[in-house]
Parts: sequence; structure tokens; C-alpha cells
Amino acid sequence: MEQKKISEKAVWAVGKVFLVFFVIFSVSPIIWTVIISFKGDNEIFNTFLRFTPTLENYTAVLTTGNYVKAFMDNLIICIGAVAVSVLVGVPAAYALARYQFRKKEDVAFTILSFKFAPEILVVIPLYKIFMSLHLYDTYFGMIWIYQFIGMPLLIWIVRSYFEDIPVEMEKAAELDGYSWFEIFFKMLLPLVRPGLVASALLAFIYCWNSFTFGLMLCSFNVQPITVAALTYIGSDTFHYGQIAVAAIIAIVPEIILCLCIQKHLVRGLSFGAVKG
Amino acid sequence: MIKADTNTVLPNIPLRKKPWRLRIRPYLILLPSMAVLLGILYPFITAIYYSFTDISFRSTTYKFIGLGNWLGMFTSADFWHAILVTLEYSLSVIVLEMVIGMILALLLNNDKWYSKVLNVVLIFPLMVAPVIGCLIWSLMTNNTFGLMEKFLNIFGVYGFPWGASSQTALLYVIMIDVWINTPFVLLLLRAGLQGLPKSPFEAAKIDGGSAWFNFRRLTLPLLKPVIMIALIFRSVAALQEFAIIYSTTKGGPGNTLTNLSLLAYQTAFPYSNLSKGIPMIMVLWIIINFASKRMVGVYNQTRQS
Repeated sequence: MEQKKISEKAVWAVGKVFLVFFVIFSVSPIIWTVIISFKGDNEIFNTFLRFTPTLENYTAVLTTGNYVKAFMDNLIICIGAVAVSVLVGVPAAYALARYQFRKKEDVAFTILSFKFAPEILVVIPLYKIFMSLHLYDTYFGMIWIYQFIGMPLLIWIVRSYFEDIPVEMEKAAELDGYSWFEIFFKMLLPLVRPGLVASALLAFIYCWNSFTFGLMLCSFNVQPITVAALTYIGSDTFHYGQIAVAAIIAIVPEIILCLCIQKHLVRGLSFGAVKG
Repeated sequence: MIKADTNTVLPNIPLRKKPWRLRIRPYLILLPSMAVLLGILYPFITAIYYSFTDISFRSTTYKFIGLGNWLGMFTSADFWHAILVTLEYSLSVIVLEMVIGMILALLLNNDKWYSKVLNVVLIFPLMVAPVIGCLIWSLMTNNTFGLMEKFLNIFGVYGFPWGASSQTALLYVIMIDVWINTPFVLLLLRAGLQGLPKSPFEAAKIDGGSAWFNFRRLTLPLLKPVIMIALIFRSVAALQEFAIIYSTTKGGPGNTLTNLSLLAYQTAFPYSNLSKGIPMIMVLWIIINFASKRMVGVYNQTRQS
């Protein structure tokens, strides 16, 4: 018995060491990038932690080049895509949660399978279609394709929140003489609002991070931030501080949103399957 | 307070006896979302058709050529190499992420202060776009000032090649994938652990079984649905990984990291053989569709329990 306790304690100690290593591995790249973003071009090579902070990288990225434009483009596309997803996705989620109808699970699976389809498979024919419809390199085209990222996620998560509301409540309201629209907008929507907001924000994050569609379906007029950031990897620049700034600008909105939806994150990431 | 009897079954009128107006209502509600999604389904079907033609970006006309693209693909060495890379890459990241995620979830399965802090902090890499993650790691692994270089210098290693050498390129992208996606597994498994029933563990405590025994005989079986969901979500994403490999090495050096997604992209775009690229990605889609069907089965089981 005594020996067992010692060996178990040893395992926990090893585990703690592993945890510390992983936390360093996980967190240090972000902290390191923040530090570098405040270093001048020379100090990146000469100094480690002691240096005179400067904002010259930030002013360089924010005033020259097209990075700010890419940031705004990304914002427009993502907000547009999430808005479309919410408008058409919430009714769909309700229908899948409440009604029994033929082929229901097949419909639900088809929606989900869009999330699992390789993006490249869709992109190759879409490129041809976008060219012929003059949607290539336009906001409209990008919003259309980005809601393909947001909608399946939104439908499945919101569906699980609708399912949490007892049917009896709806029946009771119906008996009280409320119409279907009143029940939906005055009772159900307020009840699922936290879940709806969380899944909309998660859909926004997924759209924000998307890369493949932006790489192939647009070029100069519209450019998502992930594609704009890629030019920093390829270039032979010695302005490493500016690369760091570019990364930070792309991350900040996501970190803020992720802190807002902390409570709903597990449920969102698993499409409503795991209720954290 | 009177609790509602959860066993009460509401009178369920059979479908065909409802008036047709009520019967088509769910379809009507679904209609807008279906209409929008059809915009995606259409290219999907065209893709299948294109794979039997010789369509390319170089000429505006194309003709039906039957199974030519498919047969050509199965006899090309590049295709089989890409299959190998796809499996190598996804197996490595899935195993690493599941094991590390499980260990971390067990370590953080308590209400101590550090668990609460880390539960927030460790999510950050997951929220970072893969491309931005690669940008950050290109700074980390820079051979003159990178933090990883400084770290390896302690062990007497200088100028580690990372993505530049065919021997270390796979290691490099796997490291980035683990950095980004382990938090996903951790989050799901930790939530699963916290939702486990307490009584079997209390019984086991009285029986005095070892921690390892409890883990294997209690935790793992009880956690299986959540493990499966994490596993399938990660497999589906890892099998078609594009962003990380493209933004670090573009599939190189040579074709070391050219998985199916990259091979299909390279065939269809820079080399403009649109019709030859599609079968490659179709193969991947068939594999993934198979995996995701399985996932919905597990998902429905967990939802109903």
C-alpha cells in the first residue's frame, strides 16, 4: 500500500513537469511574438529581454501596405457571412430540433457534411463558376462562400440549444392562445440567445481563420487577412518586427471573442455534442 | 415545487393524419437554408462531372473523356506518395494530440486555481488561424534570433533546419499542428471528465483499486463518446490539412509534404490541370465522408443519452 502511494505520487510529479513544459510550449510563442513586435530592427538580433520598446513596427504596418485594408475586408466578409448564417440558419435549426418529418436525419447529416467536405474539392469548380458569374474577387462572392463555413456549425449548435427547451413550454403557450410567431420570437429566441450569440461568434472565428477560399477565389480587390499575412512569410524581409505585428493584429479579435464565449466553447467546438 | 413528470409522452398524432399545411411547415422553414446551401451543392456535383472531362484553364472548350483521369491517377507515383504523406501526417498528429490532450485533461481535472487559469490560457493557440500560427512559428524557429534556436543552443544544436530539410519538415508541421489543435482535444476531454458520474469512482475508492486500474476500467469506457467525437473531428481535419502545410513549405522540400489536398491544388492551379486534380480530392472526400457518417452515429448516441 505504502509503495503504491509513492509510485502514484511520482507519476503525478512527472505529470506536473509535463504540464509545465506544455504550458511553456503553448504560451511562449504568443508572448515571444508580442515582445518582438516592440523591438526595433536591430534589437531583434542583439537583445533578448532587455530592450527599448518602440512602436515603429506598428506604425509601419498600420500606415503602409494593404494590411489594414485586408483586416477591414475580413471584417466585412465575416460579418456578412455570419449575418446570413444566422438569418437562414436559426429557422433551420428550429425545424430540425422540433419537427418530426421524413428524411430529417438525412437533411441534418447533409448540412453537417458540408463542414467535412474538403475545401479544395469545392474550390476547384467554384473557381470556374466565380469567373463566369463575375463573382471572383468580390465581397458578395466571398460572403456567399464563407457562409458555407458558418452555417453548418450554427445550425447544429443552435439546434442543440432548441432541444434543451422543453416542448411542454411551447404547448402551454399555444394553449394560452399565442401564435406560432409570437412563441418563436417572444419566448424561444430569448431562451436560446446565449447559445445563439456564442455560436455566431464561433462561426465568426472560423470564418476569420479561413484560408483556402481566400487564397483561390480573390486577389486584389478583396483579400482576407490570412492571405495578406502569407505575403509576410514568403518575403525576404528583415523587418521581423512587422511580421510579429501582422500576426498580433490578426489574433487580437479572436482572443477577445474567445474570452466572451468561454462558457459555450466546448459545446460549440463539438457542434453541440459535448455539453461542457 | 412540483416537478414535471419527464416520462409523460405527449399525444403524438401520426404524420399522415396532419393537414398538409402543417406537414410541409418544417420543409418551408428549412427552405431558405437549403437554397443557400444549394449554391455549394451545385459546384460539388459539377466537380464530379468535371472529373470525367479534360477541362483546364488553358482552353475554353472541354470534352468527355471517361475514366481517363481516374485511371491516370491510380497509376501515378505522385498520387500514392500523397496518400502516404496524408496518412503519415494525420496519424502522427492525431495520436500525439489525443495522448497529450488526454494527459493534460487528467492533470487539469480539478478546481485548483491553475486549472482555472490554464483552461482559459491554453485555448489561445486554438483560436489562432493556422496561417497566423505558421507566421508565429516562422519567427520562433528563425535560425538567428528565434526562441526555439536559443532553446536548442542549450543542447548544443545550432541552425536546426526545420522546414528547410526533408528530414525535419514533417516534424516541423506536426509540431505546429500539435501546438494549434491539442487544446481542442483538451477542452473536449476535460469537459467530458467533469461530466462523468461520481458514484462509480466513489465505489472504486472503497474497493481500493489502483489509479491506473480506475482509469482503464472506469474513465476510458465512460469517456468513450467524447473521445470518439474528439477523434473524428480531428481526423477529418487532419486528413485534409492544407493551410499549415501550404503556408510553411508549400508541400516541399521537393514533394516531402505534398498530401492529397496539396497535390490536388498543385495539379489544378499552378499546373492548370483542373480535371486531373478533382479525382485526387474526391478520393479524400470519400474517406472523410465515411468517417463523418460514423461520427453522426456516435453524436446521436451521445445526444440521446
